[in-house]
Amino acid sequence: MHLNLLQIRLPPAGWLSILHRVSGVFLFLAIPWLIYLLDLSLGSGEDFVHATELLQSPLGSAVILVLMWALCHHLLAGIRYLLMDIDVGVDAPIYTNSAWAVLILSPALAVLLTAVVL
Amino acid sequence: MSRQASGLQAWFLQRLSAVYLLLFVVYFFTSLLVHGDFILYEWQEWFAHPVMTIATWLFFVALLLHAWIGIRDVVIDYIHPPAIRLLFLSLLMLLLTGCGVWMSFVLITASAF
Repeated sequence: MHLNLLQIRLPPAGWLSILHRVSGVFLFLAIPWLIYLLDLSLGSGEDFVHATELLQSPLGSAVILVLMWALCHHLLAGIRYLLMDIDVGVDAPIYTNSAWAVLILSPALAVLLTAVVL
Repeated sequence: MSRQASGLQAWFLQRLSAVYLLLFVVYFFTSLLVHGDFILYEWQEWFAHPVMTIATWLFFVALLLHAWIGIRDVVIDYIHPPAIRLLFLSLLMLLLTGCGVWMSFVLITASAF
């Protein structure tokens, strides 16, 4: 497999596809932690405080930021795929423009969501 | 070949679960944005409401299904020896089922049913 990232040249839609998969795996790995946080937050007063402390710690905040990016990218790219399933946005230039839109909107939206969560 | 999520069934389930996940996520983050900071009892009351408990439970069911289909594709694409592939898929199934049982307990004990 050709995996030298510095030499791979892909169109934006190609990057979208790989990142869609990477973000998906990342989100999957976060599932047990998500349930753990929910468990804590719905428990005793101490557990609730513990959950907020975990989220707002430096490491926690960084993880949330990356997680929000993964969510936004996976979600927006996913919507783009759903639309393509019903033949919307399949031709140029929408095909490429929508790919750029997802790549650019995701980090922006992620920052917003992180601020909301923390 | 799995009968549980073969071909067209998997494709459709993945899309269907995605739509519900999207709706729930939009609702959830909009609520966070509108409500601002939660204190303990507000947060717990929110999830204790039976409709929210069920909607959240369905969110996790959809999430685990969606994850199963997606990660199964990743395993099939990158792991080729049959025995190792079977091992990974089994571990995946175990993990997702475990998460399903865990979140069910969390939600039931938190609910006001």
